[in-house]
Amino acid sequence: MNQISPVLWQFLVKWLTNFALFPPEASKIAPQMDALYFFMVLVSLVGLTIVVLLIVSFSLLYSKKRHPVAVQIEGSTLLEATWTIIPLGLFLVMFVWGALLYFRIYTPPANAMNIYIVGKQWMWKAEHPGGQHEINSLHVPTGQAVQLTLISQDVFHSFSIPAFRVKREAIPGRYTTVWFEATTPGTYHLFCTQYCGTNHSQMIGDIVVMTPDDFRIWLAGSTSGNSLAQDGERLFASLSCNACHNPRADSRGPNLANVYGSRLTLSTGQTITADDAYLRQSILNPSAHNIQGYAPIMPTYQGQISEEGVIALVEYLKNLNSDYRIQQTLNTTELPAANEGSAAPAGKSPAAQGEVKP
Amino acid sequence: MSAATIVVLPDQSTARIPKMNFITRENGLLSWLLTGDHKRIATLYLISITFFFFIGGALAGLIRLELLTPQTDLVAADTYNKLFTMHGVIMIFFFLVPSVPATLGNFLIPMMVGAKDLALPKVNLLSWYLYIIAGIMAIYTMAAGGVDTGWTFTTPLSTHYLNTHVISTGLAIFVAGFSSIFTGLNFIVTIHKMRCPGMTWFRLPLFVWSNYAASILMVLGTPVLAITLVLIVLERTVGIGVFDPAKGGDPLLFQHLFWFYSHPAVYIMILPGMGVISEVVSTFSRKRVFGYTAVAFSSVAIAVFGFFVWAHHMFIMGISNYAVLVFSLLTMLVAVPSAIKIFNWAFTLYKGSITFETPMLYAFGFMGLFTIGGMTGVFLGASGTDIHLTETYFIVAHFHFVMVGGMLMAFLAGIHFWWPKWTGRMYPEKISQLAAVVTFIGFNLTFFPQFILGTLGMPRRYAAYPPEFQILNVFSTAGATILGIGYLLPVLYLTWSLKYGAIAGNNPWQATGLEWQTQSPPLTENFLEIPIMDHEAYDYEWLERMQQKEVASVG
Repeated sequence: MNQISPVLWQFLVKWLTNFALFPPEASKIAPQMDALYFFMVLVSLVGLTIVVLLIVSFSLLYSKKRHPVAVQIEGSTLLEATWTIIPLGLFLVMFVWGALLYFRIYTPPANAMNIYIVGKQWMWKAEHPGGQHEINSLHVPTGQAVQLTLISQDVFHSFSIPAFRVKREAIPGRYTTVWFEATTPGTYHLFCTQYCGTNHSQMIGDIVVMTPDDFRIWLAGSTSGNSLAQDGERLFASLSCNACHNPRADSRGPNLANVYGSRLTLSTGQTITADDAYLRQSILNPSAHNIQGYAPIMPTYQGQISEEGVIALVEYLKNLNSDYRIQQTLNTTELPAANEGSAAPAGKSPAAQGEVKP
Repeated sequence: MSAATIVVLPDQSTARIPKMNFITRENGLLSWLLTGDHKRIATLYLISITFFFFIGGALAGLIRLELLTPQTDLVAADTYNKLFTMHGVIMIFFFLVPSVPATLGNFLIPMMVGAKDLALPKVNLLSWYLYIIAGIMAIYTMAAGGVDTGWTFTTPLSTHYLNTHVISTGLAIFVAGFSSIFTGLNFIVTIHKMRCPGMTWFRLPLFVWSNYAASILMVLGTPVLAITLVLIVLERTVGIGVFDPAKGGDPLLFQHLFWFYSHPAVYIMILPGMGVISEVVSTFSRKRVFGYTAVAFSSVAIAVFGFFVWAHHMFIMGISNYAVLVFSLLTMLVAVPSAIKIFNWAFTLYKGSITFETPMLYAFGFMGLFTIGGMTGVFLGASGTDIHLTETYFIVAHFHFVMVGGMLMAFLAGIHFWWPKWTGRMYPEKISQLAAVVTFIGFNLTFFPQFILGTLGMPRRYAAYPPEFQILNVFSTAGATILGIGYLLPVLYLTWSLKYGAIAGNNPWQATGLEWQTQSPPLTENFLEIPIMDHEAYDYEWLERMQQKEVASVG
């Protein structure tokens, strides 16, 4: 064969050795998704068999040769009701089953570890809470619910992990979330599945699933020195957010300690929950929501902060749970430049030390 | 042979094509370009959409050739993106949407309802000119360097990030949209107002019902697409910001508007095809369509529900979970009328007297492939499995099963079925049966592997892909080659038959429709006198009585 046609030979060798037919199941949701998938395959096969059997058997039984004169039949309400109600029932089962899966995949559990994903033409950037940055790859541990918060810097992208059976669109200007719990260590495909321009097919990467121990080692070895929240704190200070957003009685902006997840009252009287999307919008487009009791004086930061910067700020605000922490940020930014070397006062939390650049 | 066919041809030694017919009535190019005759306009459409079909087909061939290997070695990624965009734009807006309605519908609807012409002949001609203007714009776009937005024009990619010919493509589709609005309008008016005496709604052939349903979709849906494309053009030229998040716009709004047309468009494409299948299955099994009323109303049901399922294209886009519930449920409901039609066609065969001429083979192909296409649609309509399967080759395979396996099979069934009426000559039977079988095999080999590729997670619109997907892609490309042959054959033998085909006579299939009771090719006015409909549709006993009477009076 090798002599006859090298191309054909290569083709056969490949076929026999490297022929994928079904994707690996590497997340907790994957077997559940596949159960519905195979149920649908089964129903389709049964349906197709019935249609083909009807066509073939009628063709044989009532061909013109065997059955020269047709018998005219109007229809049959009973039969028609049967093939209306049975498919409808099956479709409704698939609808309910599918909806259950859908809600499971897009409703992250409260204890999930959150990783931010930023899509841009043509790469995926991942921001771990510990400050690890990744491009076109994502390391996750097994046995831990991982929530992805996605956003796009430019056009629509879609973050697809076939082995986990999950996928979520990364949309410009809006956070979306998806979660999964990986079960089997290994390296899996990451695809961008929403057409996003010239190098759409190069916007791929690896999902590396590790055991929790390996993952801890990887985290320690890949740290950038600052956690995401520390990056955010530094940004908070350098943009002088704390000039207005501070716990002083005469502050011009609302105090941001414990703001994440709280109910806020707007100047219109509406109340709104301060979630990721709200915080993002309040930074980039503050006039959209004015908090009751404060003048709408905050300038927009649209175009001044990258999506990663916004993510760092949001992460900082999420962890900002006391006035004391803001006070610390305040103090360090007000330190005169000359004292920089010995800036960090004793007793200061190690997290706060990161913001003064030596 | 004689027992296995229903074809009754006149004595070939004496038979002649009638001297006076719509083709010979007037001569010269101008008599065609300025005609108001629906049959001539249908002929113009047939030639133009065949032209565009082969352009779109050539693009598809290049796409499949590029995907033969995992790397981008035939064309660069940019070129590949242009190829699939132009393939989609041309096949959808210049072939599938006008295919059955503008050719077969134009040719047949006036005859089927017993009228001399469509209600608005000049508007009909205008709609062909609009189609041609749009086609020239599309070809200009291609010649000038193409467009690479994908046929879905997703914002903000199409508005802010690409510098290809988005505006001329958008305007081409805008103009083509008016062509289909006018066609739809014409059909609706004709079916309401021009039916001959005795032609009640429930005596209409099912082909008319399904085209009526599709026309409603065209008239109500296409303006939304037109507005959406104008907004895209305005966004690009003056930056109005409707879809731009930086200006307070919403990029998802574009997708809502786009799919509000483009999902019903799927039914615009498939419904007329279903009408063809009803006619063909009935004629070749000598039986009234099983459950006529159910089939007629299922067309209308598809048209109505079709407008309320658009967001099922956006399940993973971050729309509210409850919206997903509603749209998923409605999608399941729209699947039911399609299932009803399939079973009704299958039971039309029951106790019939079946023969297997080419149109019937294509119709069988349609029923099998449309069942697969429809069922895999349910995989995507169920919100959970949609997350995994959407935006992959699974969806590519699904809509090609419906559009190519369904609509194109139906179109070819219809072209073969009405070819004798249109030209007065028969196509060669044996080679066309072969072409039908070749098409069926080629189609399955091309598109079935893509279901597996999609399940594996291979994304659509990828110029390069991981090497483990190659084997299935090789199958797919091999199938596309066979499919190409299957589509070239009809062009060759149908052209041949224009001169050498057997003289068909008025009614070679012994069919009951009014169009078969007049000469082939028909007179410009269709009938010698306005017919009076005194029987139900698909009344084969009426036909037999009438033929016996004729024999008796002649004898």
